[in-house]
Amino acid sequence: MTNDSLKRGKQQTGAPEKGINTVSFADRMRTYRHHPGSFLLFLVTNAAACVTVLVLGFLLVYILGNGIPNLRPEMFSLTYTSDNQSMLPAIINTCTMTLLSLLVAVPVGIGSAIYLVEYAKKGSRVVGLVRVTTETLSGIPSIVYGLFGMLFFSNTLHFGYSMLSGALTLAIMILPLIMRTTEEALLSVPDMYREGSFGLGAGRLRTVMCIVLPTAVPGILSGIILAIGRIVGETAALMYTSGTVARIAGLFDSGSTLALHMYKQASEGLYTEQAYATSVVLLVLALIINFASSQVAKKITKGR
Amino acid sequence: MEQNYQKKARREKTMEIVFLAAACVSILCVLLICLFLLANGLPAMVEIGPLKFLSGKTWKPGADIYGIFPMILGSIFVTAGALILGVPIALLTAIQLSFFCPERLYRVIKPAVELLAGIPSVVYGFFGIVVLVPFVRALGEPWDGSGNSMLTASILLAIMILPTIVGVVEPALRAVPRSYYEGALALGATHERSVYTAVVPAASSGILAGIVLGIGRAMGETMAVIMVAGNQARMPKGILQGIRTLTGNIVIEMGYAAGLHREALIATGVVLFVFILLINLSFSALKRRKKA
Repeated sequence: MTNDSLKRGKQQTGAPEKGINTVSFADRMRTYRHHPGSFLLFLVTNAAACVTVLVLGFLLVYILGNGIPNLRPEMFSLTYTSDNQSMLPAIINTCTMTLLSLLVAVPVGIGSAIYLVEYAKKGSRVVGLVRVTTETLSGIPSIVYGLFGMLFFSNTLHFGYSMLSGALTLAIMILPLIMRTTEEALLSVPDMYREGSFGLGAGRLRTVMCIVLPTAVPGILSGIILAIGRIVGETAALMYTSGTVARIAGLFDSGSTLALHMYKQASEGLYTEQAYATSVVLLVLALIINFASSQVAKKITKGR
Repeated sequence: MEQNYQKKARREKTMEIVFLAAACVSILCVLLICLFLLANGLPAMVEIGPLKFLSGKTWKPGADIYGIFPMILGSIFVTAGALILGVPIALLTAIQLSFFCPERLYRVIKPAVELLAGIPSVVYGFFGIVVLVPFVRALGEPWDGSGNSMLTASILLAIMILPTIVGVVEPALRAVPRSYYEGALALGATHERSVYTAVVPAASSGILAGIVLGIGRAMGETMAVIMVAGNQARMPKGILQGIRTLTGNIVIEMGYAAGLHREALIATGVVLFVFILLINLSFSALKRRKKA
């Protein structure tokens, strides 16, 4: 490991920097003899972190261990029957749902973040209002979104139980997430870039579109990846908006996503083995999404 | 040239309006959500009688009796249980991550916490069904307890709010100026004592904000809870007995409800919404205080 990366790592963890008064492990143990209370705290703190990691480890090992043997090829057949419990239609629906929601939420989220960062004047009342409402939106539990989606999209706009109602509901749900991450990404673009662009005679729009936005792409991307994670795992908001029919659904058909599919399997109690298999797929998806977002985040810190 | 400039100016103006419109979407969404929930929920509340609805101890849609007090208690108890179990571990983990963690270990624990946040709630619920329910059933056997119980739901929620709290508290701890820690160390305190008596109190509003956010998550969680909580719509009888939360009430009965029953369920959503709004308000108030 190079000296440079060591230094950076230290800054990340915020651990005491190595200096003149570096204490070796043995020295520390010796001091503990005079401070049993400190030793206790040391143990308790580390034990708590161990518990956190062990819980995750146990969950992963248990679900993957029991689930992988249950993965069978017929679970990936194109049509669902109560015998094969195929999850392929649900996987395809999940992809459609993700694409549809992102299609609605990403442009709106990025647009509003651009307004907040690049256009709005400081202390403008619109900005304050938008901030309060996004904070509110990000705290609303998914079941309330589900109720709203059912009342508004399904009943009032007559979309019924359909992928469209579900996707629109989810789009509102992920909007604050995309807005916040985009805003942070835009704010982290140095003002120098904007000044340079203005100095060369570009207008505000051109500066935003050609200079600021491309620079902020990694940050925006990490927000979108997090949003995908939320969409894939969502159940409560979809139950009464997209419905739970197990088939490959079009825009106006009712169709269940993978998480809903798994909820049905697990709660009916008849298909525990299949539910194990489905949860393996969901877990692997969560792992991939997490890995991707951390990879992107690494790219951001490297760029600076 | 002049024309070109005008065209450009017009385009600038249009796009600014487009961006402004996008920013207003979130305001519109909140308004619509409030409007639709209240318009559909309040009439039922009025018809049943607000007091009777909120403090009624029986929920029997078949007999047109709608009292959601058991569910309100259920939500509060389950959340409290999750906090009692989850908050100490979450806080200690956050402290460990910021002050006790060698760099190599940090690269294991931090992604683990992030992954905990990324696991879908159905998977948690399923894990609860196959692992926690049998465990609690065995635990509660001497007291005639059930596996689908308040305790199970609380344990599950405690795991689920862990990453939420750690995610807020860890940055708050790191934001405390290093001089606090160094000052305590210079006065002869051990590393642990410096951290726990100088740094942690200084981050107290951030810690509180994390806990409040955790309360919001625990109260709003739906699927994982209904999978393990038993969902009996009656007054809570004990830690090892089944319980139904506000969120669970909506999801379980909405599928077949009609008429006043359906409206009563939407009114349940309104009550939940108001609870969450209050929690959120206190969260943002805490965050503002932290900044000030």
